[in-house]
Amino acid sequence: MTRTAGTYERSPGPGDVRLPGALPRLLPASFAAGSASLAGHLARYGPPPSGQGRRRDSLIAEVGRAGLTGRGGAGFSTARKLAAVAAGHAPVVIANGTEGEPASAKDKVLMARSPHLVLDGAVLAAEMTGAREAVIVVHHSVREILDGAVAERRRALLDRVGIKIVTGADRFVAGEASAVVHWIERGVPAPTSTPPRLSERGLANRPTLVQNVETLAHLALIARYGASWFRSVGTPAEPGSMLVTVLGAVRDPSVVEIAIGTPVGQMLEQAGGASAPVRALLLGGYFGDWVDATAAMSRPFSSAGLADLGAGPGAGLMLALPVGACGLIWTAKIMRYLADQSAGQCGPCLFGLAAIAGEVERLAEGRTTDPGLLRRWLDQVDGRGGCAHPSGAVRLVRSALRTFGAELDEHAAGWCRGKACVLPVPPGTTR
Amino acid sequence: MNAAVAFGGSQAPWFVSRGSGLALLAAFSAAAVLGVAARTGSASRRWSRLAIGELHRTLALFCLAFLGLHVVTAVTDPYVTIGWAATVVPFASPYRTLAIGLGALAVDLGGAVLITSLVRRRLGYRAWRAVHWLAYLAWPAAFLHSVTAGNDMRIWWVALVVWGCVASVATAVIARLLFWQRGPDGPLPGRPERAVPKEKTLL
Amino acid sequence: MTARTGDTGQRLSVDFIACEGRGLCAEALPELITPDDWGFPIVSHQAVPLRLLDDARETVRACPKLALRLGYGAAPRPDPGRREGAG
Repeated sequence: MTRTAGTYERSPGPGDVRLPGALPRLLPASFAAGSASLAGHLARYGPPPSGQGRRRDSLIAEVGRAGLTGRGGAGFSTARKLAAVAAGHAPVVIANGTEGEPASAKDKVLMARSPHLVLDGAVLAAEMTGAREAVIVVHHSVREILDGAVAERRRALLDRVGIKIVTGADRFVAGEASAVVHWIERGVPAPTSTPPRLSERGLANRPTLVQNVETLAHLALIARYGASWFRSVGTPAEPGSMLVTVLGAVRDPSVVEIAIGTPVGQMLEQAGGASAPVRALLLGGYFGDWVDATAAMSRPFSSAGLADLGAGPGAGLMLALPVGACGLIWTAKIMRYLADQSAGQCGPCLFGLAAIAGEVERLAEGRTTDPGLLRRWLDQVDGRGGCAHPSGAVRLVRSALRTFGAELDEHAAGWCRGKACVLPVPPGTTR
Repeated sequence: MNAAVAFGGSQAPWFVSRGSGLALLAAFSAAAVLGVAARTGSASRRWSRLAIGELHRTLALFCLAFLGLHVVTAVTDPYVTIGWAATVVPFASPYRTLAIGLGALAVDLGGAVLITSLVRRRLGYRAWRAVHWLAYLAWPAAFLHSVTAGNDMRIWWVALVVWGCVASVATAVIARLLFWQRGPDGPLPGRPERAVPKEKTLL
Repeated sequence: MTARTGDTGQRLSVDFIACEGRGLCAEALPELITPDDWGFPIVSHQAVPLRLLDDARETVRACPKLALRLGYGAAPRPDPGRREGAG
């Protein structure tokens, strides 16, 4: 999937007024204004507050009160991470905009449209932790924009913290926190062993804070407008807004900013509405969960709202699968992709995911399978490996088996709704 | 040899030193062969990787015992002057300087391998692995020491044992080089290549 | 840590990035370690019982890649949060 950042944006509604509290917060209200220049950014949000000196602890506390959690898929308390790294000596801050997930575009769009918000957040995080440098890892498609934004800030002598831009690697696991550090240090986009934790020893053996770029953008706004403002949208347990990439069977695939807890159906409307009846939704990312569309439509898009469907907001992705497509075929495609994207360091991931992908492909093609074998492998691979990649793949397949029960029966009977014909698979076909 | 037996006790340390030296070379060679087998060989039911690994370690500790005996009997022998220092400081012995010096070299290199192995958890894998390669230098030093430090190569069965050691270690080294040539951190037998090459450790 | 007798509170864990699936651990401690279908160790998340503590320590020592660890604290599971920059 090679789309530029601009393709995913939606046109703003009429009369967009910038008020703290209203959405959108992160993305510029006016599409026509173009990528935010420093002047435009300052006009919209005001000057960046300082996070240095005595302000440091009070700011971290404010972030804690705001309840900001990571927007990269983890959902860890940002304040706790800041405090942990601030306790260390000579820390370094990494803004992670790698976005290794090919279906996700929110980080690219954010960096393309509001680069200064991300940079404000990175600089703030550096000041709050006592770091002298912030490294911004960006997707190659937005590299130029970030370079330009940093140059603007340098000319304006805006920051007391050094900013360095690095182009991220183009692999799925490259977005993982330790993989980002490994990429910066040695050019290898593969996760490294824990212990030690990154907050203790990461880049150049220094305490390292790795935050998703969206999280840092929210941080930049909390520092300006405060915790109560941040909490004015969202739910009490999961406050604030988030960016979600909505794609698949929607008329206007785009990155939308929602208050956490927005009903799923409303999010589809924000992306132009479904372009066909929707069979199922993939929520969270390629490592996320399939859910039945009808069951999910009225649910709030939040961890609490989706929990009993076995899903969650994940890294902010919603993929709509239309009725004319086959969820098993799509799962097989995604699973094979995930298997190929293994860093190849860990046995259960390298061999297990390939084996699981093979089995899911057999299911998708309607060939006879041993159902016990797939479940056995899913159980063996889950939770094992040097990072969460294999667990994410297992999660995807398990949710597919749960959600696409009807399709499984159809395939066993030799029929696939995705092609609307009997699958012409000769017996004994090998991969 | 008959004359030596006839002389009795005063020759005893000398015999023990030579005997333990031969045993040491044999144990060292066996340990080296097993070390290579642990890394390169496929496992069988009887010779599992655990069995080979543990045997390698046990033999290395046997080497330590034989070494102790070999060195103590040689240095305390009243008929030759070697001095304690010369056992670890190469080429410091007045008696057969080169030969004993090679032995001291073997002790130093082998000692480094042994000590790092005892503390390898604290040392970390990479440092331990780097030092372990010195074993490939320690063995030739031990071999050269054994053929130059005494005249026992005239005895047919001593020569047999020594050349047997050379042959087995040479075979192991060739096997190790072939394994390395297959690619650093080559895949274990029967497994496909990794998707992303694992960051290259020292060989 | 429970009050049950014979429970050490320590757990085994595998560093899968170091592990090469050579299988020494599964052979040395079959009570707690079984090989998966590709030869890599599946380690029990239960605390090591007292009677197996010495064997566990020996097994940790025997690993040629130093990939096996014995320690206190909850079993470290690669947390889903470490995707995408851990937030």
